[in-house]
Amino acid sequence: MKYVDEFRDGALAVRIADNIAATINPARDYRLMEFCGGHTHAISRYGLADLLPSCVQLIHGPGCPVCVLPIGRVDQAIRLACEAGVILCTYADTMRVPASDHLTLMRARAQGADVRMIYSTQDALKIAREHPDREVVFLAIGFETTTPATAVAIIEAASYGLKNFSILCNHVLTPAAMHAIVAGGVALDGFIGPAHVSTVIGSQPYEVFADAYAKPVVIAGFEPLDVMQAILMLVRQINEGRAVVENEFTRAVSRAGNLKAQALVAQVFELRDTFDWRGLGVLPHSALKLRAEFSAYDAEVKFAAPYRPVPDHKACECAAILRGEKTPSQCRIFGSVCTPENPVGSCMVSSEGACAAHYSYGRFRGEAT
Amino acid sequence: MNIAKQYARPLDLKNGRIEMSHGAGGRAMVHLIAELIAPAFDNVFLAQGNDGAVMPAVSGRLVMSTDSHVVSPLFFAGGDIGCLSVHGTINDVAMMGAQPLYLSAAFILEEGLLLADLQRIVESMAQAAREAGVPIVTGDTKVVERGKGDGIFITTTAVGVVSDGINLSGDRALAGDKILLSGTIGDHGMAVLSQRENLSFDAPIVSDTAALHTLVQAMLASGASLRVLRDPTRGGLATTLNEIASQSGVGMLLDEAAIAVNAPVAAACEFLGLDPLYVANEGKLVAICAAEDAEKLLLVMRAHPQARQAAIIGEVRAERFVQMTTKLGGRRIVDWLAGEQLPRIC
Repeated sequence: MKYVDEFRDGALAVRIADNIAATINPARDYRLMEFCGGHTHAISRYGLADLLPSCVQLIHGPGCPVCVLPIGRVDQAIRLACEAGVILCTYADTMRVPASDHLTLMRARAQGADVRMIYSTQDALKIAREHPDREVVFLAIGFETTTPATAVAIIEAASYGLKNFSILCNHVLTPAAMHAIVAGGVALDGFIGPAHVSTVIGSQPYEVFADAYAKPVVIAGFEPLDVMQAILMLVRQINEGRAVVENEFTRAVSRAGNLKAQALVAQVFELRDTFDWRGLGVLPHSALKLRAEFSAYDAEVKFAAPYRPVPDHKACECAAILRGEKTPSQCRIFGSVCTPENPVGSCMVSSEGACAAHYSYGRFRGEAT
Repeated sequence: MNIAKQYARPLDLKNGRIEMSHGAGGRAMVHLIAELIAPAFDNVFLAQGNDGAVMPAVSGRLVMSTDSHVVSPLFFAGGDIGCLSVHGTINDVAMMGAQPLYLSAAFILEEGLLLADLQRIVESMAQAAREAGVPIVTGDTKVVERGKGDGIFITTTAVGVVSDGINLSGDRALAGDKILLSGTIGDHGMAVLSQRENLSFDAPIVSDTAALHTLVQAMLASGASLRVLRDPTRGGLATTLNEIASQSGVGMLLDEAAIAVNAPVAAACEFLGLDPLYVANEGKLVAICAAEDAEKLLLVMRAHPQARQAAIIGEVRAERFVQMTTKLGGRRIVDWLAGEQLPRIC
C-alpha cells in the first residue's frame, strides 16, 4: 500500500531504534506522554515498546474522545433516547461506554430506545431528512479532528431549514487538556503531539508548552515509524536541554493548520465556560458549545436536558490513567472485572483507550507498555 | 413435479415478488417450489417429494453441521448469499476431515423479495452444490411480513462421512506444532463491506467464497500428521486461532510478515480502520500439523489451486496468549474480537 507501507518498514524501524539506543543517556529516564489514543493504539499494535530502551517510558495521555466523556454525558444521551423518544445517532465506540444504572447506549437500544450507529455526521442528517416526524439528535464527541464535520452538519441543517435535527455537543479542546496535564502532578519530559488534531489546529497552539513549561513537543503521524522518529527527536531535545515544538508530521501539519476548518468551527461554535472531563475534572474554556444563533440545534437547550455529574465507579482507575498517573495494570480491576467485553471504565471501551490497547495487545507483559 | 402443470399462469420471474401466500403451505407455495426451486436443485433424493429425504447407508462416522446466512447485500463481488450458504456449510463438515455428502436448505423469505433475485440465488446455490458434488436433498420455505426479514435468510445443513483414523479437533494442537494458512485473508468480509460502503478500488475486492473439501482431501492424503483444520470465517483468522488455542490450552506465536493480505483489502481495511486479522474469509483454512510434516503439507497445499499462496504463519507455543511478531519487530497479542467489527457479513 503506497504511502502507508513506507511508514511501517521493519528494517527502518530497527535503524531508528538503534539510533535511539545510541542517543539516550542511560543514567536518566525519558518520560514521554503520547497525548493521542491514536498513538497509544499504534504503540501497542506494533509492539513498539520492544524496540525501545527501558529508560524511555511512554505514558498514555487523555487524547481519546470516548475515554474523557464523563458518565453524566452518556446518561444525558440515554435520557434523551429513552425519555424524550428521539432517534439518537452516535459513533460506534460511544455505544459501549458504561453509564449509570448498568446502562450503555447499546443496552438502551436493546430495551427499545432508538439508538443508531453512524459513520459520519452526513448519516445523521440523512436520517433526519428521512424522518421529518421524529427528532434526531447526534451525540457529537471528539477533539478538534471531528469538530469541523459537526460544524458542517449544523451549517447544512440550517441551510435546509431542518427543524428536527440537533446535537448534544461534547467537542473538547486538546490544548486545554494538555494544560491540565502539565499543571497536574505527573512528571513528564516531553509530549508526542497529536497527529490528526494538529492537521486542523496546526503546531502553533503547542508552543506555549515549550515556551512556558519547558516541555518539548514533537508532532507525529499515527504510523509506527512516525512515533519512533518522534521519540528520537524528543530524546535529542531533552539531551540538549532544548524545549521547542518540532513537527515530524510535515506531510500533513503546518504551523497555522487548516484555516478553512478553523473558520467553520468558529462560525458555529464558541467556548464553554467550563466542561467536566472524565479524569481531568472541570476545566475552564476546555470545550465548545453552539453559538446562540445556532441554539435551535443544541439538544441541551431544545430538550432542556442539562448535564448532571455522576461519580466514576469506585474501583475504576480511568481518571488516574487519563492523567498519566497510573498505568492500566495498576488498576486492580484491569483484566478481571473490567475487560473489553464488560468494560467498567471508558478506557477499556475504545481501541484507542489505554486499557483496551494494553489488554488487547500487551497484557502478556507484566507491566503496562 | 407435476403440480406446476395445473397452473395456467407461470410465475412472473421478471417483475413478480414474494407474497405471504408463497409461504402459507397452499398451492402458491407448492407452485413456487415446483417452478423455481426444485428444478434448480434437481436430484433423485429431492424428487422423492416427501417430508424427508431417504438416503442409502454409509460406512464411517457421520459428521453434521448447520449454518445460517444473513449477509447484506445479497449479491457481492465474487458471490452471493446462495453460493455462500452452500460453501460455508460444506466447509464446516470438511474441516472435520469429512467428505460432504448431502445438504438441506431452509429459506426465510421476506414479503416483497423479487422473484428474479430469488431465482438468481437459487441457481447460484444449485451451481455451487453441483460443482461441489453435494446435492441439496431436502428443504423448507417460509415467508415473513415485509420489514421482518432482510430479503432472504438461508440456513443450510450438511451431512458428511469421515474415515476411521481421521481425528481432527480444535483441542489437539500441541506446543511445537506449525500453523499453516491456505492464502490471503480478509477478502470476503471486505468484498461485502466495500460494496455496502460504496468503496471502489482500482482492483475490485472479490469474495473468496469456495468449497474447500477437495483441498482438505488432498491434505489428508498427504499423510501429514494433521491435528486441527478450521475455516476462519466470522471473526477472522485472529478469532479462529484464539478458539483453537483456548480449546487446546496452548498459546501461539505468529509472524505478521507471513500472513498475506491482498493490496486492495489492506487498503480498504486501512480506510475503514479495520484489522484484516478480524475480517471474515469464506474460502480459506487454517491447518495445525506436527512440525516435522509442515513443509510436506505446505507443498501439497500449494499444489492445489485453492491454496497457491499457502504459508506457514507461526507455531503453537506452551506459553499463554496468541501473540505475533509484528512487521516492525515488536511483539503483541492477537486477541479475541471484542464486540462486533463487521455485522452481517455471512
